[in-house]
Amino acid sequence: MREHLFGKTLEELKAVSHSLGLPAFTGRQLAEWLYKKEISSFEDMTNLSLKARALLKENYDTGIIPPVDVQESIDGTKKYLFEALKGKFIETAYIPDGKRSTVCISSQVGCKMGCLFCMTGKQGFQGNLSSGEILNQFRSLPEWHSITNLVYMGMGEPLDNLEEVLKSLDVLTADWGFALSPRRITVSTIGITPAMLQFLNRSNAHLAVSLHTPFEEERRKLMPVQQVYPLHEVLKEIRSWDFGRQRRVSFEYILFKDFNDSAAHVNELSRILHGIRCRINLIRFHPIPDTPLESPDEETINAFKEKLTTKGITTTIRASRGQDIWAACGLLSTKELADK
Amino acid sequence: MISHNDKQTTPVTISFSEELSTGIYLIGFKRTFDFEAGQVIGISIRENEARRLYSICSGEQEGEIKILYKVIEDGYLTPQLSDLELGDTIWITLAGGEFTAKPGPAVWIASGTGIAPYYSMLRSGLGENKILLHGNRYLEQFHFFDEFREVLGSDYIRCCSAESGEDVYHGRVTGYLQEQDELDPALMYYLCGSADMVVETRDILISKGVPFSHIISEIYF
Repeated sequence: MREHLFGKTLEELKAVSHSLGLPAFTGRQLAEWLYKKEISSFEDMTNLSLKARALLKENYDTGIIPPVDVQESIDGTKKYLFEALKGKFIETAYIPDGKRSTVCISSQVGCKMGCLFCMTGKQGFQGNLSSGEILNQFRSLPEWHSITNLVYMGMGEPLDNLEEVLKSLDVLTADWGFALSPRRITVSTIGITPAMLQFLNRSNAHLAVSLHTPFEEERRKLMPVQQVYPLHEVLKEIRSWDFGRQRRVSFEYILFKDFNDSAAHVNELSRILHGIRCRINLIRFHPIPDTPLESPDEETINAFKEKLTTKGITTTIRASRGQDIWAACGLLSTKELADK
Repeated sequence: MISHNDKQTTPVTISFSEELSTGIYLIGFKRTFDFEAGQVIGISIRENEARRLYSICSGEQEGEIKILYKVIEDGYLTPQLSDLELGDTIWITLAGGEFTAKPGPAVWIASGTGIAPYYSMLRSGLGENKILLHGNRYLEQFHFFDEFREVLGSDYIRCCSAESGEDVYHGRVTGYLQEQDELDPALMYYLCGSADMVVETRDILISKGVPFSHIISEIYF
């Protein structure tokens, strides 16, 4: 298989041009074609010389690869399936919502983090995605021109694949790349502290942290990462970071019945997040096979939100989308893996 | 509290190095700080490199801190670690992490080098009333058999997936657990090893009636 060009930075594209003996400006032309125009092959790059196109075709693939399957929900949400590593699959969700449309992209095939509530973790870890494979989930969607927001909340832990994720953010936000505002991009993490600091230093995208309970002893039982990167250290770093006026930190909180939905949890959340300008995003739990966890009823979810709001914490409830199409992260690709 | 998350690293001199079996090494350096058995430290070959976390594999009061690791051929750090010689320098953080033991009965479950935190606990006097289930591919990889067996007796259960041996379960840890009619739901279960082992083992424990609140996992990632 030939190396892919899609996902390379401008510097890397210039290096490719140089290695093929092409003019220096070819690197920038390649970036224009790959990240700003509609192409499917090197033949479409009409301002490159025939020799350049032939050399590129001989040595590289574009790396723009269409999805292998798509399912559409009655609410308009689409779940795309991409083949990444041989015989393995990754999921990408396209979520339209009025003028806003969000794509939820994966950063790894499978996941190593082993969170109790996550279906992706049950696949095991198959490998990291390259920057090109990450970005292809955005660029190869038929709707890519209309996408307004990107969230790195699909399969995998983005900050366990830090360098490729940062590279993909570079391509997304650079003038020579897709030129998207970093304020339209959110990267989610379970809180790998050293990588989180690298991410904060080296990008301007929003940060979302999977919190799920303010009590560390409870969090140990949901998320093995708590053993080595405990929540209080994650929050200490976030508290000391200047997010400025534009950059946002949010906390993801999946509600589990009789586990993390009590008044004591509200009070403790208020205490540990005091002084952090943030919001909490409450998420309904979509049960996965053999899970001991359940979602609370709507009344409890709404009451939890109201209590947090009363405490002065901006709180939203994430709308459940695409429930009729294996919407929860990891379900579709796990099914595909099992079918194979 | 300064921990393995702290940005500072300190140089230490390798004072112990041994290949215990093919590709599995134990290295050590002088202990200059306290830790709790089960904790991890960050290690890098050079000062300003990204660190990898490793469980400490020695007792709290020992003069040397030791680290057990398996060389991952296409890995970044372990091939370099295995090239180190006595007197060479590595960079480490202080200890941190919460995968620590409490006195009292519990079940320890490990695959491969995931045995390290339990060995540290054993060497720190926390081995009483523990059951240890340890999985390896080959018999030669049960490096601390004598010491575990001395304290735990028959409650040290070896599971070997590629070889058969006397007093050894032939198969994986997960296979052993699947074959158990019942597991004590009142006990705490500690899991340490690869993500695959931890996730599969946790599912089996839950399916056999162990509340998830009694399962504490540490994944090597």
